[in-house]
Amino acid sequence: MQKEISTKKIFSKLLEKFETISGENTFNCYQCGCCSAACPVASEMDLLPSQVMRYIQIGLTDEVLNGNTMWICATCYACQARCPRGIDIATVMETLRQIKLRKNEDWTVLGKIDVDELNKLPPIALISNLRKMTG
Amino acid sequence: MKKIAYYPGCTLKTTAANFEESAIESMKKFDIELEELDRWNCCGTVFSLATDDLMHHIAAIRNLIRVKEEKSNQVMTLCAMCYNTLKRSNQRVKSNQEDLDKINDFMYKEDLNYNADVDVLHLLPYLRDEITFSKIAKRVKKSLNDIKFSAFYGCTLLRPKEIQIDDPFMPTILENLITALGGETVETPYAIECCGAYQTVNQVDVVVERTKVIIDGARNQGAEAIVTSCPLCAFNLDHRQKETKKKYSKFIEMPVFYFTELLAYGLGIEFKKEWKDLHYVDPLSIFKN
Amino acid sequence: MTENKNDKKIGVFVCHCGINIASTVDVDKLVEEFSKYSDVSHTENYKYMCSDPGQKLISAAIKKHKLNGLVIACCSPTLHENTFRRLSENSGLNAYLCEIANIREQCSWVHEDKTEGTKKAIKIVKTIVEKVRKNESLTPVEVPVTKKALVIGAGIAGMQAALDIADAGKKVILVEKSPSIGGHMAQLSETFPTLDCSQCILTPKMVDVAQNPNITLYTYSEIEDLEGCVGNFKVKIRKKARYIDEELCTGCGICVNKCPSKKALDEFNVELTTRPAIYVPFPQAVPNIPVIDKENCLFFQKDACRICEKVCGPKAIRFDQEDEFIEEEVGAIVVATGYDLLPITEMREYGYGKYKDVINGLQFERLLSASGPTEGEVRRPSDSKIPKDVVFIQCSGSRNPEYYKSYCSKICCMYASKHAMLYKHRVPDGHSYIFYIDIRSGGKGYEEFVQRAQEEENVVYLRGRPAKVYQEGDKMVVWGVDTLSGQQITIKADLVVLAQAIIPRNGVEELIKKLKIQTDEHGFLSEAHPKLRPVETNTSGIFLAGCAQAPRDIPETVAQASGSAAKALTLLSIDKIHHLPIVATVDEDLCSGCEICIGTCPYSAREIDEEKKIAIVNEVLCEGCGSCVSACPSSASQQKNFTDGQFEEMIKAILE
Ligand SMILES: Cc1cc2nc3c(=O)[nH]c(=O)nc-3n(C[C@H](O)[C@H](O)[C@H](O)COP(=O)(O)OP(=O)(O)OC[C@H]3O[C@@H](n4cnc5c(N)ncnc54)[C@H](O)[C@@H]3O)c2cc1C
Ligand code: SF4
Ligand code: SF4
Repeated sequence: MQKEISTKKIFSKLLEKFETISGENTFNCYQCGCCSAACPVASEMDLLPSQVMRYIQIGLTDEVLNGNTMWICATCYACQARCPRGIDIATVMETLRQIKLRKNEDWTVLGKIDVDELNKLPPIALISNLRKMTG
Repeated sequence: MKKIAYYPGCTLKTTAANFEESAIESMKKFDIELEELDRWNCCGTVFSLATDDLMHHIAAIRNLIRVKEEKSNQVMTLCAMCYNTLKRSNQRVKSNQEDLDKINDFMYKEDLNYNADVDVLHLLPYLRDEITFSKIAKRVKKSLNDIKFSAFYGCTLLRPKEIQIDDPFMPTILENLITALGGETVETPYAIECCGAYQTVNQVDVVVERTKVIIDGARNQGAEAIVTSCPLCAFNLDHRQKETKKKYSKFIEMPVFYFTELLAYGLGIEFKKEWKDLHYVDPLSIFKN
Repeated sequence: MTENKNDKKIGVFVCHCGINIASTVDVDKLVEEFSKYSDVSHTENYKYMCSDPGQKLISAAIKKHKLNGLVIACCSPTLHENTFRRLSENSGLNAYLCEIANIREQCSWVHEDKTEGTKKAIKIVKTIVEKVRKNESLTPVEVPVTKKALVIGAGIAGMQAALDIADAGKKVILVEKSPSIGGHMAQLSETFPTLDCSQCILTPKMVDVAQNPNITLYTYSEIEDLEGCVGNFKVKIRKKARYIDEELCTGCGICVNKCPSKKALDEFNVELTTRPAIYVPFPQAVPNIPVIDKENCLFFQKDACRICEKVCGPKAIRFDQEDEFIEEEVGAIVVATGYDLLPITEMREYGYGKYKDVINGLQFERLLSASGPTEGEVRRPSDSKIPKDVVFIQCSGSRNPEYYKSYCSKICCMYASKHAMLYKHRVPDGHSYIFYIDIRSGGKGYEEFVQRAQEEENVVYLRGRPAKVYQEGDKMVVWGVDTLSGQQITIKADLVVLAQAIIPRNGVEELIKKLKIQTDEHGFLSEAHPKLRPVETNTSGIFLAGCAQAPRDIPETVAQASGSAAKALTLLSIDKIHHLPIVATVDEDLCSGCEICIGTCPYSAREIDEEKKIAIVNEVLCEGCGSCVSACPSSASQQKNFTDGQFEEMIKAILE
């Protein structure tokens, strides 16, 4: 399917919000792909981290927000530690999560997880996964 | 005995109690008492990344106020995630007076105002820089006897660069500790990668894939065990081997240690049954003496 | 109307600069304002003052109104001061009675509000009117030109510049820091886009340089000190001790063969091999005279050995030789100090400096070169095996403002292509992969060259910057990505070649300080104007060529070197040059002879007149920097047309 894009769609309110929350300028990314090469969990992602950057650059934000990339991201900073443009992609991912979470849409549904399993987990796992909801 | 204020964090009181005990016991051998803060709360576990979200730094900063209350200017951490969170929140308010003021305003009920003047320490660099590995080597009672370890640093001690405890691409601190304790180390590319972190809650499969790659990678280099510094890495790499084995029947399990357990072992401290029980893969199988 | 207190007849000319000025400054208002001045005899504005009609209009006004002072309100004086001063002179008015009021860069370009802009423009012009009121007519100081050039650095850039100048019949001093001329080009195997052998095209030129009677060559030498200015530089050259009597040495090489200390890393082979302590960098070196490397010589380190001395037939070894200093006078200087690659220890994510089989582009050139350590067979450093899978990583350290260098190194796209292609020629059953971000192949035949690599030589191009290189068994594993397919990629390679960023030559900062020229933020030499004066520095008489200015390939280097040679020749072909007459003066009545000015002058232009016991100025040497003027405690020193009196009036005009 052809995607219709326009500058109006690109420079949207959402982009503004995105840039405020993240403090990053999306257009700083020149698509070298180093973040994607570094990401240890990219194989599980719909879009590679660099593709997420690209999609935002051309206004395809819905596709990004409906994808799983930001939820697969483990905030490990492998990307940030290498980005030649100094973009904090981990923060970009958190921003995308925040945009969803602030609308009460979370990827983790606690009810679906077995109670025994929950009891076994280290507190840092649970809190870091769930504290997003309190954001 | 020299006392250092110590912040444990939630996980060291539960699934990583072995990490805490082995650390405290070991430090006593160097005449250092890790003195737990009288009061502390959860640090928040991850540094909040959103620029407009100051709220999430309050938990971390509150703990630093507790440190000041105990008249200390430094606090020791063991958990890599707590270290990362406390240190970065501290740095954020240190470099941003406005944020600091806001947080102090919010916590007006606290007796003290925070001045961003606490140093957040981690035990690993403390061992390297203050105790020194050469001194540790001299104190070894039970050598690791050339057991081959693969170091697993994970993320939060190395990234981002503002808080790194070692070279983020070629760290050696864990390896050097193991060598001091008489063990051997192998090199793997995964040592500085991610274990899958909190995905272990709702996307176990992501972690299973990481665990497989990391343990297989270590085994391919001849490692007999993993040594780590983070309770989340330890949980994922150790306990998730169960699910990994379920998914990949040919997968061979490997024990996972906290560096402090090996330190304690080397210093001649007994490897307690309670410690062993917190492991999934039997840790004692690798000790040859 | 103010009263005309002097006999000045000033003309004020306001340029619109298209809309550059006129859109923010009310140019009519300016004319109106200045026509009120009693000593302004004429004022008008025009769309482009610098254009032919604009200049004619000024010239006509000078003649018609018999103007004796000129203020041109326009762009920065760096652009058109010369233009208008020349016009002034040609119209019968001394050039130094003409001044520029910069109302573009200092006003219209930096403001938006027209009312405020106009107010500020008026102030700027007012100050210049004040200055012109008291300007004197000056005559440029005439200086004879020393008809000899100095070229620093004898890579292909310096050699070309030296040859061009020498061929035009002028003398050249060529100073090269290393033991041989040739620079990096001597290390290359074959060169893109034609794949001709680098040594085959370079060595004849090296011989030309050595034999050209107009070229005096100082190798293993450096600039110790530089004084003077355009037309008349005095340079002191340090000729480092080779510990060899150059007259006696026949270049037989027996000393090199017999030297027992063979552990020094070979610079020419980019540390892939070792060399003796006494060495000639490469067989075709010019001059073919060895050098003793003190750090590695057993005699210098341990007072032992002296084998070279024993085996040398003509008895040319001189352990007691000392550095020699040579003084030369030259009229023009070409700086061609070339480049280095980003150091070995930097790329930690690629394991550079840790893994033997991760090498840089120049090392790969040596592996490809018939004169290299493997005689042109590609064998990897760790175990001398022929690598069957080779990964080339472009932009290694370039285009990376966060950690390394922000700029594009320009030549790596082309040489990576070349490397992959030459590798396929040497190892036909091998595979080569290139990770790139963008391919920049602007140049004659360049795009076709890259196409050929892709289509005919089966080089696999992958778009993305790899994240990591590590060792697994005897393989170097590369973690990369291909952003075009959206796939993470792993390649198990035998050898990884990094196209390291090009950086300015190590140690060049010291030279730059001595020459008092400027560099950009990265340390590359700055040109006077990025478009219109690309081979000149801001210091007149000093020109630049080659990679010292920015990364570039050989054709561009050679073209630029010829360009700077032409500029140097222009200078050397005139007998006298004119030196700005804006120099310091001394009021004999006020000078107490305290000598403070003598120490302050950075150009040694001050001395004491022994008879009168006062300080005087050597106008040829004075650069008009004003240091002495501000230092003089008796206000005896003044700078022509920049007197204290003038400044006072100018400041008053601003504050009014
Ligand atoms: C891996 C690689 C492959 C390449 N392949 C090609 C190719 O195929 N085709 C192509 O067109 N280009 C190629 N190039 C580019 C080419 O090497 C350069 O364009 C060319 O060498 C630049 O010449 P230069 O004289 O400016 O610098 P250099 O060759 O660096 O020469 C500078 C000289 O100045 C001397 N010097 C430095 N400082 C001082 C000082 N203070 N005093 C006195 N002397 C000093 C140095 O010793 C040196 O001899 C390649 C470059 C690399 C890195
Ligand atoms: S590493 Fe940085 S510049 Fe490169 S694609 Fe990722 S975000 Fe963009
Ligand atoms: S922080 Fe997220 S996107 Fe970046 S490398 Fe880690 S998992 Fe991938």
